Amino acid sequence: MAEKILVFLEQRNGQIKKASLEVLKLAYDISVKLNAEIEAATVGSNIEMLEDAGNYGVKKIAHFRNEKLGYYAPNDYSKLIADYTDKNNFTYLLLSNTSLGKDLAPRVAVKLDAGIAVDCTEVSVIDSELHLTRPVYAGKILCEIRLTSQRKVITFRPNIFKAEKVSDDNAEIILNEIAEVSTNNKVVEVKTSENKLDVTEADIIVSGGRGLKEAENFGMIEELAKVLGAAQGASRAVVDAGWRPHSEQVGQTGKTVSPSLYIAIGISGAIQHLAGMRSSKYIVAINKDKDAPIFQIADYGIAGDAFEIVPALIEEIKKIKSN
Amino acid sequence: MKIAVCVSHVPDTAAKINIGAGNKSIDNTNITFVINPYDEFAVEEALKTKEKFGGEVVVISAGNDSNKETIKKALAMGCDSGVLLKTNEHLDSLATAKLLAEEIKNQNAELVFTGKQSVDFDASITGQLIGELLGYNCVSVVVDFKIDGRKITAEREIEGGKEVVETALPAVITTQKGLNDPRYASLKGIMAAKKKTIEEKDALPQKSYSEIIGMKKPKPKEPGRIIGEDLSAVPELVRLLREEAKVI
Repeated sequence: MAEKILVFLEQRNGQIKKASLEVLKLAYDISVKLNAEIEAATVGSNIEMLEDAGNYGVKKIAHFRNEKLGYYAPNDYSKLIADYTDKNNFTYLLLSNTSLGKDLAPRVAVKLDAGIAVDCTEVSVIDSELHLTRPVYAGKILCEIRLTSQRKVITFRPNIFKAEKVSDDNAEIILNEIAEVSTNNKVVEVKTSENKLDVTEADIIVSGGRGLKEAENFGMIEELAKVLGAAQGASRAVVDAGWRPHSEQVGQTGKTVSPSLYIAIGISGAIQHLAGMRSSKYIVAINKDKDAPIFQIADYGIAGDAFEIVPALIEEIKKIKSN
Repeated sequence: MKIAVCVSHVPDTAAKINIGAGNKSIDNTNITFVINPYDEFAVEEALKTKEKFGGEVVVISAGNDSNKETIKKALAMGCDSGVLLKTNEHLDSLATAKLLAEEIKNQNAELVFTGKQSVDFDASITGQLIGELLGYNCVSVVVDFKIDGRKITAEREIEGGKEVVETALPAVITTQKGLNDPRYASLKGIMAAKKKTIEEKDALPQKSYSEIIGMKKPKPKEPGRIIGEDLSAVPELVRLLREEAKVI
């Protein structure tokens, strides 16, 4: 019997997240190699254009709907997904390692008595089995593992795999209206920072460090981020100093990121910082000290005064953006 | 109320990590091990809760003898007693969670704090696993915690914001930086810790659900180039980003 893969699609504000589409496309590729069937499931209130997820290789999507399930409710979400996985005999449940995904996946794994591998950045099929690679010790080491359990729950790091369309087909939506939801252990409110792009979801990140000398000087970091449509990041030193919020901290004890472009300004490149951003596709460093470790991993560096260079860089980028 | 704090003993974040013989674990020689940084927030929150409402804080860790160092650190900060679940085996998150959950049950602890992730295997799932195994509510990655009777309101960090979660005891809370400022162990605390007991138990062997095939170091990044030392390098940088890297 062919093995079956279920992909959990995460919605926020009624829209399927790009990170879930990345997993869907990846699941499609895996399903070809494993000769497996693939389906998807989602939980939420109304979801816009859910059928479009069919473009990424899935033909059937189960939507568990209740207007109260728009916000994350771990007890309900985990029960619905575990029951569906169990009843339909899926071998694999794949999710994105977002803040919701890494909260949900272990709960479902316990309910299914499944093994779990999280935050995977590479996958290969060897002897009809998945070998998964995940960064450990903040990315200083890569660990290859396999799950030996019958059921397997796996999450993949966002921004590593590409969400590419494989067809023009829409998926068939199987709507399941959920009559009762639990009243305990649930999200009652979401506080979003206004228009703030999160570092883990951004394609470009502009980060500032202690070289900027004081909190007030982060205005130019913000402006550079704005002209690039980038998220703002920070080193641990400036977060600990209270100059920037912890949500911006990149590195070990902060966030691990892998954007297309990472611009480090006034960051010397402590081992903990490098661990969190080394997998960025391109790294730019602007730092006065040309011996700073950040230049060891930067593709392009300018060893000069950030206070001169950053304003000039903002102007130069504005110029090309307006052309 | 009895509060449990689960702590892990991990390499200092500044440590250079090398792979050990056999390629399935790291080389521990010359590495300083410390209490997992996220677990310090867990210890602090447990102590604050105890100071407010009374009760007792037990610190639990699974691992080898050296984990006692980390348990002692938590005792010196103010926890009341410690339990070491002794094993020399490598435990994956699920096996660790099963051991910890069993001991939490033994201890009859209704409120559990643990760091949102351990900075060794970085999985960020142990707390949720414990919650699920025990049938406790769980809120992960918490940056704000309030308890009123049995009712809990917690804020958890998500991409670009926070979720406010309402829940109730019994509960597992996984702690994130920003929740509190962990106290330092005072000299008095360190002296007092010497009189506190660490109970040692042999950990029951756990069925493994995963297998490590091997470890490797990430490919070193090609050294880049410094394209200039002042303003004049800016146009060249922008050109490279547009034409060579094609990222802007």
